Amino acid sequence: MAYMRQWFKSGTPWIWLNGGAVAFSMIMVAGLIGLIAVRGFGHFWPSDVALINLTTASGEQRTLIGQLVRSQTVPAVVARDSGETVPDDVELVTRHLIKTGNRDQTGQDFVWYLELGMQPWQYPRDIMVIERREWGNFYGQPVALLSEGSVIATPDSADFMSQLQAAVSRSIDLHEEIRRLERGAVGRINTQLERLRLDERRLELDEPPADVKAAELGRIAATRATLDDEYAVLRQELDVIYASTRRDTLQMRMADGNEVNISLAAIVRITEPNAMSVFGKSAQYVERLWEFLSDDPREANTEGGIFPAIFGTVTMVMVMSIMVTPFGILAAIYLREYAKQGTMTRIIRISVYNLAGVPSIVYGVFGLGFFVYYLGGSLDQMFYEAALPTPTFGTPGLFWASLTLALLTLPIVIVSTEEGLARIPSTIRQGSLALGATKSETLWKVVVPLATPAMMTGLILAIARAAGEVAPLMLVGVVKLAPALPIDATFPFLHLDRKIMHLGFHIYDVGFQSPNVEAARPLVYATALILVILIMVLNLAAISIRNHLRERYRSAGE
Amino acid sequence: MTGEQPNTTAVDLMAPPPESPTRRERPAISAASARKIGDRDTMSLSAEVAKIQVNHLDLFYGADQALKDINLMIPEKRVTAFIGPSGCGKSTLLRCFNRMNDLVDICRIKGEIVMDGKNIYDRDVDVADLRRSVGMVFQKPNPFPKSIYENVAYGLRLQGVTSRRVLDEAVEKSLRAAALWDEVKDRLQDNAFGMSGGQQQRLVIARAIAIEPEVILLDEPASALDPISTLKIEELINELKQDYTIIIVTHNMQQAARVSDYTAFMYMGNLVEYGDTDTLFTNPNKKQTEDYITGRYG
Repeated sequence: MAYMRQWFKSGTPWIWLNGGAVAFSMIMVAGLIGLIAVRGFGHFWPSDVALINLTTASGEQRTLIGQLVRSQTVPAVVARDSGETVPDDVELVTRHLIKTGNRDQTGQDFVWYLELGMQPWQYPRDIMVIERREWGNFYGQPVALLSEGSVIATPDSADFMSQLQAAVSRSIDLHEEIRRLERGAVGRINTQLERLRLDERRLELDEPPADVKAAELGRIAATRATLDDEYAVLRQELDVIYASTRRDTLQMRMADGNEVNISLAAIVRITEPNAMSVFGKSAQYVERLWEFLSDDPREANTEGGIFPAIFGTVTMVMVMSIMVTPFGILAAIYLREYAKQGTMTRIIRISVYNLAGVPSIVYGVFGLGFFVYYLGGSLDQMFYEAALPTPTFGTPGLFWASLTLALLTLPIVIVSTEEGLARIPSTIRQGSLALGATKSETLWKVVVPLATPAMMTGLILAIARAAGEVAPLMLVGVVKLAPALPIDATFPFLHLDRKIMHLGFHIYDVGFQSPNVEAARPLVYATALILVILIMVLNLAAISIRNHLRERYRSAGE
Repeated sequence: MTGEQPNTTAVDLMAPPPESPTRRERPAISAASARKIGDRDTMSLSAEVAKIQVNHLDLFYGADQALKDINLMIPEKRVTAFIGPSGCGKSTLLRCFNRMNDLVDICRIKGEIVMDGKNIYDRDVDVADLRRSVGMVFQKPNPFPKSIYENVAYGLRLQGVTSRRVLDEAVEKSLRAAALWDEVKDRLQDNAFGMSGGQQQRLVIARAIAIEPEVILLDEPASALDPISTLKIEELINELKQDYTIIIVTHNMQQAARVSDYTAFMYMGNLVEYGDTDTLFTNPNKKQTEDYITGRYG
């Protein structure tokens, strides 16, 4: 008993308790990151494709080709409840979720199969996984490569794979060419036509003198005719390329023996995982991961990449930082340095602190009501009247999303800046004043530079909060699929009125709004991990700047 | 442990009285003291030129009176020391000379402080101008978060000096005057926070000298420093009084005796006694002064 009392007095239990709390937190964090990393990044590994022969309960013979997604062992009762036929003497059954692809042919690409009745799985080397622009993956065995309807190679010939890959890269090059033309030249013509339409509309609204109006209308008509001609030429060029992409076809045999012709124009990538070495798979893995990071999404965000979402998140956070930092710092300087400290400043300070606790969706509603509809609507009335009724700023967009987040993070910046200013020793201020500096000279030359690390801390917290925010963004400018990036080569380069994609919202959309849950699941994890990494990178950048500043002003605050 | 050692330790631990052998072992101070004691024989406040005249100065913090009817004359190009127990108002009085008390909202002042024939509390006095001619060094070194060079050049830059040549000259001159030049001339662009405490305090003095003030106020300048740095600061004060009027507040009576020409003893907001340092320390007029310097309180 005395020993126990001694033990308690020594503080050892507290140390264990505190250490335990740290360990528990670390396990939670590591577990979270580990789970999403494994679930998300496992998706890009080209796993082997199995050929499975099975006998169904009704005695029917079937053949499947597909990749194993996951397996589970369940009581037979559960399997019976879900409609499977399981013999009475079996108590536990194992079932496998197989990704069989070929959604266009069979209607479903993820199917559960009971292990009962399966013969040993085979892994034939000639099974191909074809990633398509539509309908997801295709699994099957090649029959022949056709060019303009005639067979040019069969799997028997030695150079079949090389011929096939050459044809695929040709079709991908053509696809890139089409995309370049449509995005570039055609996009430019469309922009100019839109501008002409606005000019015309403006003429109607302004009602200038008749001769001026006639001259302008003439110019518009002439330019439009030129543009139409240019477009016709481009259209022809595009038609030729489109026709050219339809030259090659790949004939494939599905698991059930039916043969299907797939146009090479629809193919993104062809692989034979069963024939690949570990190194080949690793190369493939890196390639697919890079595609995920750098490509646009396909098929309702369930395939392809998330680049627009990464880009949109970063752009939005940057614009937000540019808006929130000066406002927050100026407000904090006034509150701390100039305002007379009294009841009024205390009330203001408490209000600011409380703003930090307001649920973010409230900011979203406020942003939509005040910023988008009221401010944006007024801006449209004043400067973009010609474009009405199509709103320019009177609709959710990058600027309003950033402004709403700036408002949301303003209290964070104000509070940390104020704390930083309060920590500057008064002796430093007095030293400057004693040299004949005025209050504002002291403030800007000595106090504010010393408080920069604290301001950076505020900005770091603001960035972390803003990058992970989703709820208000759904209301003020983030969409499922944005047609264009917010920064591009056309004037004015940063398009504050455009809608953007955002990683947080992308997770929500892919995870819960997707038509194909099984296909989307790994992407949710992968996107979540990218979001975490992105916030970490943004934070590390800000932290390294802060540490650099801190090093510079090392002992001042001590 | 040998028999002799406890004795030595005992001697070291004892606070040395003003005339203890410990002090004589420090040649620099002894020499300086000797020279000064020689000077002081001929010293008398009435023979000095007044730099600052304080007339009937009362100072209130809210309802509390911190200074009570202070009258004294600060002689030009001499070192005047303010001594007294904590809270006696000596720092408050010092801060009146460059109006640092203006920063305290609840502080109110009556009476006048005349410097060169002008009351510095007059309405038309520009406080920034005043502070340019009355420099101040604080208890704790307070360099700015800038390079050594920029710290010294700060006051000049405030006055709008941008010429590199003028700044270079002023920085070198001030650092030499503060006996710091040789230690830092190769690292002028380094951050001032990298210096030792004693160096920082001398840098702050150089910063004050750089704008060529007429008066320098020192508010316990050595209290946060080690003995060697203290010694350097004291030597520096002796040098500086050739060109500047110096007022120093100190807790350390030996220091006041070593560096000052005149000493004012303050107690509870009153100026108790003011006279040349030798007389005040050896033959004080007032009982209170004697009690304080002999260590009976404070």
